[in-house]
Amino acid sequence: MTPRLVEVRQQILKKNDATARALRERFRQEGTFVVSLVSSPGAGKTSLLCEILRRLGAEYRVSALVGDLATDNDARRLAATGAAVRQIVTGTVCHLEAAMVERALEGDADFEQPWRLDELDFLFIENVGNLVCPASYDLGEDLRLVLVSTTEGEDKPLKYPTIFHTADVCVLTKMDLADAAGFDRAAMLDAIGRVRPGMRVIETSVRNGAGVVELIELVARGRACGAGLQPETNFGTGL
Amino acid sequence: MHELSIALNIVELAGEEAARGGYTRVQAVHLRLGRAAGVVKEALASAYELAREGSAVAESELKIEEVAVQIFCPRCKVERPAVSDVEPQCADCGTSSTQVVAGRELEVYALEVLE
Ligand SMILES: Nc1nc2c(ncn2[C@@H]2O[C@H](COP(=O)(O)OP(=O)(O)OP(=O)(O)O)[C@@H](O)[C@H]2O)c(=O)[nH]1
Ligand SMILES: [Mg+2]
Ligand SMILES: [Zn+2]
Repeated sequence: MTPRLVEVRQQILKKNDATARALRERFRQEGTFVVSLVSSPGAGKTSLLCEILRRLGAEYRVSALVGDLATDNDARRLAATGAAVRQIVTGTVCHLEAAMVERALEGDADFEQPWRLDELDFLFIENVGNLVCPASYDLGEDLRLVLVSTTEGEDKPLKYPTIFHTADVCVLTKMDLADAAGFDRAAMLDAIGRVRPGMRVIETSVRNGAGVVELIELVARGRACGAGLQPETNFGTGL
Repeated sequence: MHELSIALNIVELAGEEAARGGYTRVQAVHLRLGRAAGVVKEALASAYELAREGSAVAESELKIEEVAVQIFCPRCKVERPAVSDVEPQCADCGTSSTQVVAGRELEVYALEVLE
C-alpha cells in the first residue's frame, strides 16, 4: 500500500462561518444592528456597555448578550440598565462562537422565549475577556470593537495583532487613569497604526463620560447605514 | 485553549472528508496555517494529539504548513510579502495596506490516505 495525497481544501471554521453568515443575514432582515466587544479580562467591557445601554436605551430598543466562563455578575450589571440581557455561560470555552449566539437568541425553552429581533434595534455582544481566541470566530456582528485600557501596556496591539485585524474600531478605555498609569498615548496610537493602518480609535472613560457620545453616534450611524462601516478593509470578513 | 477547539474541528472535518471519500486509513492531515491566523503552531500540534484520540483519524499525524503574510500593495499594485507577520506593510516599499491576501489560513488542505 502506498500513501496517496487527496486534496480536500476545507476551511476549519466553515461551520462557524456559515452560522455567522446566516445570523448576519437575519439581523439585517430584522433591522437589528449588532456590535460585539472584545478585550483582555477587565479592560472595561461591561462598564462601557452599561453606559451605552443606559444612554442608547432612552431612544432605541437595546439588548445584550454576555459571554462568561462561569458567573452571571456581568449579566446582572447589564440588566440593571433596563436592557434585555441574556448570559451565555461558556464553561471551559474561552470565546463565543456563532452557534452560542444563535442558541441564546432562541432562549432556554423552559423559561425563556426566543427573542423577537424585529423588536430590537441593537444587540450588543460582550465576548469572554480574551484577546486571542475570539479573533477566529465570526459572530455575525456588524461591528466589532476591540477595547484596550490605559493600564495594560502600549504594546498590546503588537502582541495580539489578529484581534486588531478582525476588529473595526479600537476603543481606548480608562482614559481618566492615563496620567496615573503613565500611559504613553503616542506609543499606543503608533502600535495600533502599525498592525491596523487607518484604524479608528475612540478614547473613553466611564468615570468622566469621555468618548461615550462618540461611540453612541458611531453605532447609531452604523445602524442607519445598515452596513459595515469600513467596507474598504477585508480583515473582518476573512480572506 | 482555543487550539483545542481548533484541533477538534480539524479532527471532525478530516473524519467527514475521509468518510465521504471512503478512506478508512488516514495517515496524515495536511493543514495550511496562516502566520496571522492567531493560532500557535506548537500548541495546535500538541492539542491535536489529544483531539485525535478515539476518532476516525486517530492514527493520523498533523502536518502543518505555515503561510506567510502577503498583502496587496496599493503603491506597487501587486501582491507583496508583508514586513512582518504583525504589520501589513509592503516589504518592498513600506506602504501600508488594508488588503491582506494571505496569512490568515486555517484550512485542511489534504488527507494522506492508505488504500
Ligand atoms: N477608572 C476607571 N475604571 C474603570 C473604567 N472602566 C472600567 N473600570 C474598572 O475596571 C474594572 C473592570 O471593569 P469591567 O467593566 O468589569 O471589565 P470587563 O472587561 O467587563 O471585565 P471581564 O468581563 O471580567 O473581562 C472595574 O473595577 C471597573 O470599575 C474607566 O473608564 N475608568
Ligand atoms: Mg465583563
Ligand atoms: Zn509596495
